[in-house]
Amino acid sequence: MAEQTDKLIHAFSALADLGAEIAESRDFEEMVRSTLHVVLGALGLRRGLVAEYEREPALLRFVAAWGMGDDAPNMATFDAGRAELLCVGSGLLNLSETQTRPALPQQLGTELTATLVSLRVSLVAPLVVHGELVGLIALGGKATDEAFTAEDRDVIRTMAHHIGVGIHNHRLLREVERRADENRQLYNNLRGIYRDTVRAFAAAIDCKDKYTQGHSERVGKYAEIIARELGWSEEQIEGVAVGGYLHDVGKLVVERDIINAPYRIDAKQSSELNRHPAAGYEILAPIRHPDADIPLMAKYHHERIDGRGYPEGLMGDEIPPAAKVVALADSFDAMTTDRTYRRRKEFPDVIEDLRSNTGRQFASDVVIAFCRALLKEVDGTPRERRITRLLGKGYIEPELVRPLLVELIEELEARAHATAGNG
Amino acid sequence: MGEAPAGSPVRSERTGDVAVVYAGDYLNKLSGERIERVCRERLREGCRALVVDFNETSMVNSIGVSILLGVIDAAERTSARLVFAGASGQAAQLFQLLGLTRHVTLAPDKQTALKLLSEFTDAGAANH
Repeated sequence: MAEQTDKLIHAFSALADLGAEIAESRDFEEMVRSTLHVVLGALGLRRGLVAEYEREPALLRFVAAWGMGDDAPNMATFDAGRAELLCVGSGLLNLSETQTRPALPQQLGTELTATLVSLRVSLVAPLVVHGELVGLIALGGKATDEAFTAEDRDVIRTMAHHIGVGIHNHRLLREVERRADENRQLYNNLRGIYRDTVRAFAAAIDCKDKYTQGHSERVGKYAEIIARELGWSEEQIEGVAVGGYLHDVGKLVVERDIINAPYRIDAKQSSELNRHPAAGYEILAPIRHPDADIPLMAKYHHERIDGRGYPEGLMGDEIPPAAKVVALADSFDAMTTDRTYRRRKEFPDVIEDLRSNTGRQFASDVVIAFCRALLKEVDGTPRERRITRLLGKGYIEPELVRPLLVELIEELEARAHATAGNG
Repeated sequence: MGEAPAGSPVRSERTGDVAVVYAGDYLNKLSGERIERVCRERLREGCRALVVDFNETSMVNSIGVSILLGVIDAAERTSARLVFAGASGQAAQLFQLLGLTRHVTLAPDKQTALKLLSEFTDAGAANH
């Protein structure tokens, strides 16, 4: 009687172990292996295996085995009819009764029954959840060499139910993860399509101006480089790159003759051209972009820090940071590419332009970030030389450019420091 | 006495064909798997006898029992002798209750276990 009580206490403790293993194991196979150990350890069994049932393609996949050397099978076919039969019975199958109960091989199939008997399995417990077979656990060889008692069977039934629920829950989790992966894939595809559409759109914008072909794409790339140097998040970097690609979309509503005028345009034409940021905003605002600021980047890319820009004459921090980045990228590309009425500036002149216009037209932190990114390329730090490639071969002479960049960065940082000190 | 920190090696020593493996104070999945790994390694290396020393073991859970049954199985498959030494309290009671004691030799401590094994080896040599 005392021994029976001790066994029950041990089984009860094992049941607690089982709950912990099912709840805490993140890895499916690890969970199954641990639960098999718990059942074997609860009753002192020398061998056992756990199989997961897969309805499609109707097979039992043996996930964990213990005490069977290398003889445990990997999988066995198991048709849906047999699975249903096991669920209806939902009891334990005693394989030592195969001689006296001819129905047993029918339930498990002759081949599987023979395999399990050869592995000295004596008891099989179907794992049934919500009336469906999720697997089975096969056990054998009590270390005491005794037969399974009624109490042993109760313990096995209870544990089999818990293991079945554990397998079922892991399956649900796997299904959720699979769907999440599918959604991620779909989202990435959609982002790819969005990016390609944006690039195609940028190309269409630039087609209108025969002298600025590739301008929008270059502005997008410069903006991305600056944002990365500023330490923005990947989402922000992608947003500002798209803003760069689309910043001139409003030019689609401006007369082609004005855009392509081979001379300096007059005030009236200039006013017409200056409509393009607001027009761009009108075009982009109804679209649900991943980055909601993209329409504002188009609208405010001609605003200036000193408030003398257009269309609204915003000042300093009134201008969204991404629009400041696009503004510099846009101006830098304008300075470093040929236009209908002028040749591009030499790089030292560009540096001078940046020096004199930082704090007036351009935000100081944005100019510093761009100069730093370019300096890194000049020093050969990044493998990919993106800015120098966009500028074309021979435009940048490292030994000439390096001191200019270093000097400008130091000067702008000193200015920013002094401004902060005065503030 | 606390449980050995995760990942800490299992203490074991080898004299000739005999290996002694020391179980910690709590034999569960983590410590059990480490002990099992060492036992299997020693058997692969050619040890003909294993002593598992439970002198410091105060608690064995269900997974620990199952893993020890695996060690018994591994020893039987290589015809090696297995002695459980120094088991007392809950561990000894559990080994008795679940039938592990039918498949291993029990010894009150490591020294007695080693003596038993040397007598066995001597007897085996004499029979030859």
